[in-house]
Amino acid sequence: MTASNSSERPPGLRESYLFDRTTIAEIQRAAREGIYDIRGFGAKRRLPHFDDLLFLGASISRYPLEGYRERCDTSITLGTRFAKKPLELKIPVTIAGMSFGALSAPAKEALGRAATEVGTSTTTGDGGMTPEERGHSKILVYQVLPSRYGMNPDDLRRADAIEVVVGQGAKPGGGGMLLGHKISDRVAQMRDLPKGIDQRSASRHPDWTGPDDLEIKIGELREITDWQKPVFVKVGATRTYYDVQLAVKAGADVIVVDGMQGGTAATQDVFIEHVGIPTLPAVRLAVDALTELGLHRQVQLIVSGGIRTGADVAKALALGADAVAIGSAALVAMGDNSPEYEEQYRKIGSSAGFYDDWQAGRDPVGISTQDDELAARFDPEIGGRKVANYLRVLTLETQTLARACGKSHVHNLEPEDLVALTIEAAAMARVPLAGTDWIPGVNGSL
Amino acid sequence: MATTEATAVEIVDLATTPLRELNQRLHDLAGGAPGPRRWRVLNPKGAHAVACGLDAELEVEIDGHVGYYCAGMNKLATVRVHGNVSTGVAENMMSGTVVVEGSASQSAGATGRGGLLVIDGDASARCGISMKGIDIVVRGSVGHMSAFMAQTGRLVVCGDAGEALGDSLYEARLYVRGDVAGLGADCIEKELREEHVAEVRDLLARAGMDDVDPWDFRRYGSARALYTFKIDNVGAY
Repeated sequence: MTASNSSERPPGLRESYLFDRTTIAEIQRAAREGIYDIRGFGAKRRLPHFDDLLFLGASISRYPLEGYRERCDTSITLGTRFAKKPLELKIPVTIAGMSFGALSAPAKEALGRAATEVGTSTTTGDGGMTPEERGHSKILVYQVLPSRYGMNPDDLRRADAIEVVVGQGAKPGGGGMLLGHKISDRVAQMRDLPKGIDQRSASRHPDWTGPDDLEIKIGELREITDWQKPVFVKVGATRTYYDVQLAVKAGADVIVVDGMQGGTAATQDVFIEHVGIPTLPAVRLAVDALTELGLHRQVQLIVSGGIRTGADVAKALALGADAVAIGSAALVAMGDNSPEYEEQYRKIGSSAGFYDDWQAGRDPVGISTQDDELAARFDPEIGGRKVANYLRVLTLETQTLARACGKSHVHNLEPEDLVALTIEAAAMARVPLAGTDWIPGVNGSL
Repeated sequence: MATTEATAVEIVDLATTPLRELNQRLHDLAGGAPGPRRWRVLNPKGAHAVACGLDAELEVEIDGHVGYYCAGMNKLATVRVHGNVSTGVAENMMSGTVVVEGSASQSAGATGRGGLLVIDGDASARCGISMKGIDIVVRGSVGHMSAFMAQTGRLVVCGDAGEALGDSLYEARLYVRGDVAGLGADCIEKELREEHVAEVRDLLARAGMDDVDPWDFRRYGSARALYTFKIDNVGAY
C-alpha cells in the first residue's frame, strides 16, 4: 500500500468518508490486478487500545515509590506449571515469533542478540530454527506450527521452550504465507519446498484437531523433551475466554494471546482488518479464564498485539498479563520505516511511516527480505543494539509507571490502578470510566 | 558393545512401568550411549506417545495396540507395532523404520521428513499429510485427504485412496494400485514410466511386500498450476 498523496487541493472539495482515497485506490487496484491485497504489518484501523486507559498514580490513599531509587522488580518466570526448567526472564517483554523467511537471517540474529543482552526470550517462526538465531539467543522459544517447516526433534531439544501456535492475531483461522520472491534457495531447503513458489501454510495442524487431541500432542512434545521445556500455546484473539480455558485444560504452561493488532509478514488485508478482537478486551478475557480456573499466575499469560511503549506494557500487566511480546515494534526499533530510507521507499512506491510491503522482499532496510544484497545492508550487531536499547526503554517506562502507583514489582500493578477514557475501553478492560465508578456491563448505568 | 548387550532383549511391561520411565530409558541411549539395543514393550493398552523421540539405532517391538503419536519424530530406530495405531504414528519421523502390523488411524506419517513407514493394514484420513521426505507404504487403503499438501517423499498405496487425494500437492510422488475416489486441487494422474516402476518395486521390497506387482500402480503428482497464485485458477481452490 502506498502513501496517500497530500498535494494541495482546491477549497470546498469534500472527500467521502466511505469512498476515501485509500478505498478508491484499493477498488481500482483490485480491478486492475484481480487479486486481494496482501501486505505485512498489523491492523491499521483505529481500535480501542491501551491508549484509552490511564493510570491513577499514588496520592494520599496510596504511597508511591521513589522514582529513581527504590527497587521495582521486573523479573518473571514462565512455565512453572509442569516444566522442569521454567524460563527466568529479567524483563516482562519478550520477542514474538517471526520466521526466517519472512525476515532475513541478520534480522533474526539481531533479535537474538537483543533478547540475550537484556535477559529475555526470542522466538523462532514458521520456517524452523537457524543456527544464527540459536547461536545468538540465550533463551529461544521454538514454535510448533501447522506447517511444521524445518521441524525436527534436535531443534526441539535445543530449544528452551516450545510454543504450539494455534493462531496469530493478524489472522486467526489463517495459515502463514510467504510469496515466491522470498523463497530463496536457503528458505526452500529449510522448508522442503520448491524455490520461488507462492507458499501458503496450512491453517490447521496436521496431526491433531480439537482440545482433546491438543492435550495428547502436548503430552508427546513433553515426552520427546523429557518434560524439561515449558510448553506455550499461542492463540489469535477471538473466542479468547474459551480458547484460554481449553489451552489450559490441554496442559499449557504458558498462554500467549495475540490481539488483532498483531503484525504479520504477509496476509490478506481483509483478514488483518476484519478478523479477531483487539488486544484490550483479549487480556481481560484471558485473565478471566485463568482466574476462574484458579490458575492465574500459575499458568502465565503473555499478551501481544500493538505493544509500543512502556505504558502499553504496564497497562497489559495491570490487567493481569505476566508478560508481553513485541513483534512489529522490534522491527521498527531495528530501522523498519525509518525516514532515513525515504528516498528508497519512494522508489518502490511507498514512504517511511507507511511501508507495509513486508511480503514483497524488497525492504530497503534489509529486514523483511531474502535478497542477499538488501539483507547485507542490515548490521545485526547495530540492529541488535537498537532493539536492546528499545527493550530497556520499555522496561524503564514500565517501572516508572509502576513506581508511581506504589508497586515494588511490575506484577503488582492491578486493574484498580486504571481508569478508561472511553466507554468502550471501560467496557472492554472492565475498569471505570474516568471520573466515575461506572464499568459498563458490570455495575449498571452511569 | 558386548555380545549379550547386542542380542539381549530388554522387556518393559507398561502394565507395571510408567510410560515416562520407558521413554526416558530409550532416550538415554541417544548418541550411542551404552545399553540394550533391542526392546520389547508389553501391555501398551492404547498408551499415547510410546517410543517417541528416539535417537539411536534401536529395535523396539510393541506387543499390542497403541494410541497417538507412537514413534513420533523417530530418528534411526526401528519400531514395530504388533497391533493397531491411533493418530499420528511416526509423525515428523526423520529416519529409521516404523512398521505397523495392523491398521493406522488418521495422519499416519504426518510431516515426516525421512525414513520408512510401513502399514500392513489400512490407514485412515490424511495419511502422509504434509509429508516432507518420508516414504510410506500401505498394504491396504488410505482415507480421504491423504497426502494433503505433501511436499516431498513417496506414498505407495496397494489398495484404494479416498476423496481429495494429494490436495494442494507439492513435489511428493503418489502411487495407488486400486481406485481413487477423487483427486484434490492441483493433483493429476501422470504417466507411469520404467523409473517409477523401479521406485515402487524398491519401496515394496523395503516394506516386505514382494507379492505386489509394481506395474499395477498408477502415478499421481502435482500439476504445479497453483504454485503461483493466478486469478484464473481461483475456481480450483
